[in-house]
Amino acid sequence: MKAITLTVAALSIVSYSASSAEDTQHIKLATTTSTYHSGLLDFLLPEFEKDSGYKVDVIAAGTGKSLRMGQNGDVDLVMTHAPKAEATFVDKGYGVLPRKLMYNDFVIVGPQQDPAKIETQQSVAEVFKSIANYNATFVSRGDDSGTHKKEMGIWAQTKMEPNFGGYRSVGQGMGPTLNMASEMQGYTMTDRGTWLAYQNKLELSVLFQGDKNLFNPYQVILVNPERYPAINYQGAKVFSDWLVNPKGQKLINEFKLHGKQLFVASAE
Amino acid sequence: MSLWQTTLEALNLLISFDNELWQIVAVSFSVSLSAISLVIFPSIIMAFILAYTNFPGKWAVLSVINTLQAIPTVVIGLLLYMMLSRSGPLGDWQMLFTQKAMIFGQMLICFPILVSMMHGALQASDRRALETAVTLGVSTTRVAATLIWETRFPLLAATIAAFSRIVTEVGCSMMVGGNIMGMTRNIPTAIAMESHKGAFAQGVALGMVLLCLALALNFFLSSVRGKGYLRT
Repeated sequence: MKAITLTVAALSIVSYSASSAEDTQHIKLATTTSTYHSGLLDFLLPEFEKDSGYKVDVIAAGTGKSLRMGQNGDVDLVMTHAPKAEATFVDKGYGVLPRKLMYNDFVIVGPQQDPAKIETQQSVAEVFKSIANYNATFVSRGDDSGTHKKEMGIWAQTKMEPNFGGYRSVGQGMGPTLNMASEMQGYTMTDRGTWLAYQNKLELSVLFQGDKNLFNPYQVILVNPERYPAINYQGAKVFSDWLVNPKGQKLINEFKLHGKQLFVASAE
Repeated sequence: MSLWQTTLEALNLLISFDNELWQIVAVSFSVSLSAISLVIFPSIIMAFILAYTNFPGKWAVLSVINTLQAIPTVVIGLLLYMMLSRSGPLGDWQMLFTQKAMIFGQMLICFPILVSMMHGALQASDRRALETAVTLGVSTTRVAATLIWETRFPLLAATIAAFSRIVTEVGCSMMVGGNIMGMTRNIPTAIAMESHKGAFAQGVALGMVLLCLALALNFFLSSVRGKGYLRT
């Protein structure tokens, strides 16, 4: 019993000192898995931390959850890619100072044999129609993420309900979704970053890309300090400024994954 | 959103028989009940052999089984995933991302728990009864059946503990089931997903279903136990 008490005491001391050891100010950033798992933030943050002295804690989640964390005041700023949800977020006063940051694009991947013959289609809406008409397996993120919202937007354009037999809504991140699509030899829509990071492990190929509809813009938005005075608004502002200024923008353009540029800086 | 508001919304979802929500509950029950019913008899037999026979290396088997109880469910999920994957040795079965795979995984998770707890229960029972009965010429199977019947309450408790473990586990179900809506989405994977999405009300509602289940199981257990004591 004594040993247990001692262990608990020791553990709590360790965790306490770990959380309060340094005086450096932390900034909490909620962002999509695409910016984090692609390695972009690992590339940018050391530079920013060197320039500013702030330390950025990254919480990688889908756009839906990231915005929710912003709404709840659990983070200081968000970096997401779902224009409509972001507009609501700002309109409702949860976020302030939205700024265009960069963009990348989505691609449609699927089995090499391409049973639904999507490769020859003219638009992404046509692609979705062929998949539904062929009743091919289509793995959907189904998790309220930016990618999922984008997908639902395209279904809305086709005027079809995504409820055909092959449609699989899995409610998981992009990586697991790609793995499932590969295992089931189905189609899915992915952001290019996650695709590049995973493609070597998958039995899938890019079958459709380049439609303007697949454009994927990222914004950085600060959490409204009037709602949560305790958050680190100052630090978040410094980070947002750094990102949209020439140095941050240049670094974004320089970031490469498997030798390919992933994000195009687009701050105004 | 406040916790109170979320809970109210969750209750509303439950009472209004939200179709999606109850479908998830149904997947959870059918998978976990199948898993436990497939594994319960092999476990009793194994526990019985371990409790009433002696063979070289028995302690090693026991230690391995006790250790397996502590295996994280994601590790079992990962191993099973690699076996069932298209590139894995059992890829031809095409079982990945089906309820069958989830049942398989949950069987692997609850087998060591069942054997270990049932072994403990059987060991505690009076082994002289077995010896006497055997000397009197009663067949071993009959004696075994009687002994198992006499230890039914601890065996039932073990089964409920194992069931609680598999009905709440998320790691393995997520990996080999894939959380596909209407097919392999069960309560724990749905809670993980809903909280990931920021839809806390759905998560809380599902959490309440799980809690109610645990409560019902415990009421059931104490009620049969109560009867058991009255009879003696």
